[in-house]
Amino acid sequence: MKQYILRRVGYSLLSLVLLSITIFLFVRVTGDPAVLLVEPGASKADLDAVREQFGLDRSLVVQYGTFVSSLLHGDFGKSFYYRTPVLELYLSRLPYSLLLALAGMAFSLLIGIPTGIIAAVRVNGWWDSAGKIFSLLGLSLPSFWVGLVMILFFSVYLGWLPSSGSGTVAHIIMPAFALGWYFAAAHMRLTRSSMLEVLGSEYVKLARLKGLPEALVIGKHAFKNALIPVLTLAGINLVIMINVAIVVETVFAWPGIGRLLFEGISFRDFPVVQAIVLLCGTMIVVVNLLVDILYAVIDPRIRLER
Amino acid sequence: MALNTPAVNVPVAWRLAALRLGGFPVIPTAILASIALVAILAEVIAPYNPEIGTLGDRFRPPFWQVGGSEAHLLGTDHLGRDVLSRLIFGARVSMVVGFTAVIFAGVVGTSLGILAGYLGGWVDQVIMRVTDAWLAIPALTYAIFLAAIVGPSMWNVVIILAVVYWTRYARVIRGEVLSLKERDFVRLAIVAGCSKRTIMKKHILPNVLNSAIVLGTLMLGVVIVTEAALSFLGVGVPPPKPAWGLMLSDGKKGMMAGYWWLTVLPGCCIMLMVLAANLLGDWLRVKLDPQLRQL
Amino acid sequence: MSTPPLLEIRNLSTHFVSARGKRVVRAVNDLSLTLRAGETLGIVGESGSGKSTLALTILRLLPPAARIVQGEINLDGEDLLKKSDAEMRHIRGKRIAMILQDPMASLNPLFTIGDQVGEPMRVHEGVSRGGAWTRAKELLKAVRISAPETRVGEYPHQMSGGMRQRIVGAIAISCEPALLIADEPTTSLDVTIQAQYLKLLRDLQHAHHLALIFITHNLGIVAKMCDQVAVMYAGRMVESGPVRQIFNAPAHPYTEALLQSIPRLVDNRQRLTAIDGQPPDLAAPPAGCAFHPRCPKVVERCSLEEPPGFAVAESQTARCWLRDPR
Repeated sequence: MKQYILRRVGYSLLSLVLLSITIFLFVRVTGDPAVLLVEPGASKADLDAVREQFGLDRSLVVQYGTFVSSLLHGDFGKSFYYRTPVLELYLSRLPYSLLLALAGMAFSLLIGIPTGIIAAVRVNGWWDSAGKIFSLLGLSLPSFWVGLVMILFFSVYLGWLPSSGSGTVAHIIMPAFALGWYFAAAHMRLTRSSMLEVLGSEYVKLARLKGLPEALVIGKHAFKNALIPVLTLAGINLVIMINVAIVVETVFAWPGIGRLLFEGISFRDFPVVQAIVLLCGTMIVVVNLLVDILYAVIDPRIRLER
Repeated sequence: MALNTPAVNVPVAWRLAALRLGGFPVIPTAILASIALVAILAEVIAPYNPEIGTLGDRFRPPFWQVGGSEAHLLGTDHLGRDVLSRLIFGARVSMVVGFTAVIFAGVVGTSLGILAGYLGGWVDQVIMRVTDAWLAIPALTYAIFLAAIVGPSMWNVVIILAVVYWTRYARVIRGEVLSLKERDFVRLAIVAGCSKRTIMKKHILPNVLNSAIVLGTLMLGVVIVTEAALSFLGVGVPPPKPAWGLMLSDGKKGMMAGYWWLTVLPGCCIMLMVLAANLLGDWLRVKLDPQLRQL
Repeated sequence: MSTPPLLEIRNLSTHFVSARGKRVVRAVNDLSLTLRAGETLGIVGESGSGKSTLALTILRLLPPAARIVQGEINLDGEDLLKKSDAEMRHIRGKRIAMILQDPMASLNPLFTIGDQVGEPMRVHEGVSRGGAWTRAKELLKAVRISAPETRVGEYPHQMSGGMRQRIVGAIAISCEPALLIADEPTTSLDVTIQAQYLKLLRDLQHAHHLALIFITHNLGIVAKMCDQVAVMYAGRMVESGPVRQIFNAPAHPYTEALLQSIPRLVDNRQRLTAIDGQPPDLAAPPAGCAFHPRCPKVVERCSLEEPPGFAVAESQTARCWLRDPR
């Protein structure tokens, strides 16, 4: 198992390096990076000062070096708008995004997994067809539109739920639903196909031959095996949820990092945008690594591999 | 009671014409074709100029509601522009952006996938590491980042989407090429002395085309939604051009006042197009290569 | 014979009907056989002859497209076809057990050996967890797995194919069934392990007085292990009887052809004998006797009418017009 972990860590580091290079190069590829790194409405003197500060006239390699070293020191730049270090801003908003993502994930699993299981056990039945339609809609409806329609319906027409902000449970219901909707469909699909595959396996056949009650066959033998790929996906999706929530957060004015990104692009606050993308990529790489390691620990097949 | 699934004997339920495997999905193709037609004939069909409106005529509801008129079948927006016309021209934007981005991404991604898969070695490593790293950032975030750098414009959006999505092609195609490499007809070609370039062009490329096409149709929906998201956030297609995503963002302003048609209608259009693309892609996927069910 | 048979199948027919009822595949067609306690019956046939369907029919684990059209399956005098699902569930694993072909896939990778071996007795006999764990160790010993105390806590992927197949055997005998059905149990095993496994099955059979149904396409195994043999072709049982008798004097041309196609070391023949032609499409079988297009001894009557079973010698029957005494 050690070998496996070391290899995975190596890959992750490589990915992080490539990521930083990519972002670094993209910023510099479009003519004059100083324009981006400076406040909107700056004078020529300001531009020159920025060039000086970031060493934009030096060679790319040197620039990259400074770039990486400041990142490793936790310096992700300063927001023009808020006049605070971006990292601070990011960390203060992260809990909100995490909360929303957890709520969205809970919703998507609570709906997705049972529906997927029933669809598989009663394949080609009514439930399965309904599930197929649901999954199709889930994958086709943009999450922000779902959010908008929900606001229209529940806030404007019915007046039941608040349309923006955070603070109470009522505030999180709609955003969580809008965010989790797409993933519920994805999880349902995966649960269904995974369950079908497991139900067709030899060990399930044997379980039936043993005369085990159907509930045990499905609940014990099939369920655990079928769930492995789904939970793996869910783990990865959680992190993705945190990061793609930007549109949902914007629609509902939810104060997470997605909304921070939106503010960044609205106010042309480039350091914020760059930092968020970097942190986002880093988070995903790290979480993928952790999920792989966790998987290795749980699955006895990998754990006991020498 | 069966040895394997299904455990319960369930009769085959009705199936939507579009969902039936093997039966040609008439409805999705018809929808896509109609949208394409509308996009091409926009100037002819649309009753008004989508970018100019009369301020005195703002926020008119659709004709079936009180206050609506037949002059503006689907109402007007906050600047008095005709919603129907904007939807029609918006179809053009979605189609153009959608198809072009998918084709660009497809060409780049497939080529790199073939190179990585066939040549192997360090070429493969480099391309794959880059692909992995790029896939680590969610498409939308990545697109927003790039849009922040280059600024909003329709063609920028196309290029950005291509840059963001080629990695998905590269991954899949590379996998296909790896297994194709072991097939006899490729080995025969090598033995016959064909150059690497010829093999890749004549033998490998035609065989991965199926997967590329299937992936393309599946990607179409994703690309359109991303473009809509970008426009919604203000970094996609810029005003006054009519993009469905942009209309949604405008519509948000009027939502609290109850001007529902500005939100619901553009969204319906997006949904229709994406749904049709997804259904078509699903059907193609099963039809062209059952192995691709894993996609 | 004074002892009543353990298993008696009479005129069993299992058909597979396609979704719209258009194609009917007669997987098992008017089959009858008898098996006594402690006996071993070999069921031989090509792929598609209906042998596995027969096993699944006995256990009532057929897919939804299958219909048991007629017949009786009497286990100790009770007709299994009349039992409810719940009753059948109690019979499976407890009175009738089955071993499948692929040992690598038969065990659930996420649960320990002890857990899986103990399951049937916990479900059917209400044995406690601790009790089942102990019993599992004894069972592993009975199937000749070394170091059963450690093995019982391990996972399937830590075992070889041969070991896994033994574990499947242990699961099968755990509730002391009266009948054990083995569907090609050695086909996936290494040749060197096969003989050991067959010996194990034989010993288990004697120790527990099991009746054994051995489904195989390998006549060598039948010769070694079985007392009776039933030869199946296209869903019908074309010949049945004691193994010695049939191997010495096959009454049906198909059986004869099967026996001849086994390559023998001392033969001077240059070419391998194979049976001409292909197995029939079960949805549209040939008229008359299903084997007649490939039969080297065919006569005109064979293509017109299906032959019934004719008694050839003591307890040997064959479905062939050539055996018609008239």
